[in-house]
Amino acid sequence: MMQKDIKRLSLILLFAPFALWIVLLIVLPHLGMFYISLREKVAPRTYEFGLENYINFFAEPIYWNTLIRTGSMSLLVTVLALLLGFPIAYYIAKIAGHRSRGALFLMCLIPLWVSDLIRAFGWILLLRETGIISSSLQWAGLVNTPVEFLYNDATVIMGLVYTVILFMIVPLVSTLDGMDDSMIEAGYNLGGNGPTVLRRIIIPYAMPGIVSGCIVVFMLTAGSYLTPILLGGKNSSWFTEQIYDQFITRYNWESGAAFGFLLLAFTSLVVWGGLKLSGQTLNSTVARS
Amino acid sequence: MIMKLAIAGLLATTVMAAVPAQAETLRLLTWGSYAPEELVKKFEAKYPDITVEVTFSNNEEMIAKLRATGGAGFDLAQPSHDRIFAVQQEYNIYKPLDLSKIDTSGMEAKLLDGVKANTTIDGEVYAVPHQWGTSGLMANKTMAPDVKAWGDLCDPQYKGKTSMRLRRTILLGMAFDMGEDPFAAYADLGKYQEILDKVADKLIACKDNLKAYWKGGDDLSAMMMSGEIVASETWDSTAYKLYAENKDIVFVPPKTGALAWIDTFAIPRKGEADDAAYKWINFVLEPENVKIMSASTGSMAAVKGAKDLLPDDKKAAVNAAFTDEDISNLQFFANIPAGVEDMEGKTLEKIKAATGSE
Repeated sequence: MMQKDIKRLSLILLFAPFALWIVLLIVLPHLGMFYISLREKVAPRTYEFGLENYINFFAEPIYWNTLIRTGSMSLLVTVLALLLGFPIAYYIAKIAGHRSRGALFLMCLIPLWVSDLIRAFGWILLLRETGIISSSLQWAGLVNTPVEFLYNDATVIMGLVYTVILFMIVPLVSTLDGMDDSMIEAGYNLGGNGPTVLRRIIIPYAMPGIVSGCIVVFMLTAGSYLTPILLGGKNSSWFTEQIYDQFITRYNWESGAAFGFLLLAFTSLVVWGGLKLSGQTLNSTVARS
Repeated sequence: MIMKLAIAGLLATTVMAAVPAQAETLRLLTWGSYAPEELVKKFEAKYPDITVEVTFSNNEEMIAKLRATGGAGFDLAQPSHDRIFAVQQEYNIYKPLDLSKIDTSGMEAKLLDGVKANTTIDGEVYAVPHQWGTSGLMANKTMAPDVKAWGDLCDPQYKGKTSMRLRRTILLGMAFDMGEDPFAAYADLGKYQEILDKVADKLIACKDNLKAYWKGGDDLSAMMMSGEIVASETWDSTAYKLYAENKDIVFVPPKTGALAWIDTFAIPRKGEADDAAYKWINFVLEPENVKIMSASTGSMAAVKGAKDLLPDDKKAAVNAAFTDEDISNLQFFANIPAGVEDMEGKTLEKIKAATGSE
């Protein structure tokens, strides 16, 4: 009896910090935001309840276009991060020796020790018209006039891939690590060539890692703020920027809150769709890797 | 024994926690550079029982911060004069000033009266002026000698070499440039929307001409100093700072008039150190302190003879930029009525989202 009570108490104690964190920092603020998002401002200091803020979003093409743009660019970033990250992860997990593995992992980690802002400024120094790349191209005689690499969508995508690729590599390494080398050998012994082994053995095995990496990367990208703002050009709106503008420059917390929920709903929908398409579940992917 | 120690420890921490409560803390919510270290030290030396805590912000974030707490958390804020009336009516985040506690005798009468008129609600005054300056154009004289009006930023001969900040200033500037008076149209929002639509068309067509929208003084300075752009919409203080390094870069008051802003002092509704706040207001408006302040902000204080209190390089920059005629031509930002922020915000979004020009 005593034993059982202690067990229960320790479970509660262990669970408490997590529960507090979820309730106080995630659930409560979101309930507050949801409440605000349902208020319509009719006159100074008077509000009514209604769905006006959500209706406004769908009535104004600029808003949902920006959301779709943000979503599709985030998907592109996710795909690029996967294409770039997979070989790196495979090398670290399967090819590199034990000693160099730590060093390689560390090299992937190092960029994260620097803040987002500083990394974006680094890109700006490299890519601006009078920046390092443009002037070295001129010095090498490859171009005659300064080239502007900054302020376009390609730069934003590159900057984002750079920022998030680590979150793709880590889950991939940990799944690939658990894969027995003999499985690959068996594949070759049975007459498979490189691509077949990759397609029929390695990728199916790594699927949980791929899916969880993609989910994390997509969420991070769709919710990022600094990189798209600093590297983006005249036309590159990002949805988080819309939310910031609603809250801060337009004093319109009501529609800002509604936008926040729409972003949450949209990204959740995309993740759900991705899981359905790949035939995976959250249990088989994120929970495992 | 352990119990005793614990109690002693508890007592010690309560005593320690109580000490800063006795000495007053002045929590200042202001613009970057509006509370130079030197001045804060001088103030704390003069009033040893007051500690100054500074939070740097901008107009929008100041209002957002105060709105979130209903006016608590800070003892003195410095919003611009046109951002007080509607915000106070809507969110009630400031308390009326006790003008008898402020030495207004040294203030420039025109600015003081203007701010008072703009921020009086039900007979109570909510703000007094502190620093003022203008928004206008900045041009590199050697490369863009002909930039004289807001519209010149869209001149094809400077294609890809101009910039602006996508905020309300450029909407207003362009409206004046097109022969409208946006401030007069505040009284008739239908008319104002028409002006905004016209301005939006103009700015969308102009997008192709711009290199990028600048977001803060730093990226604007970098683009201008490196010669990547030759002309831009700017705050005058940013232009003055660049003038100190490159005499070719000057502030150009547009021919329709530079847009003048006044940053004020206002006391948040739940401020807890009003006396300290009044002391700070009077302190920073003393002539020798104005000098220190202006050296840091690059703007003029709202006191008589403010130009002479500027550091020499800034004075030279002002003289290079403004004639007396330009001064009398200034357009002071008018109070923003409720609803205008939303209209302007929508217009800015429309301009940002337009892709037709690229």
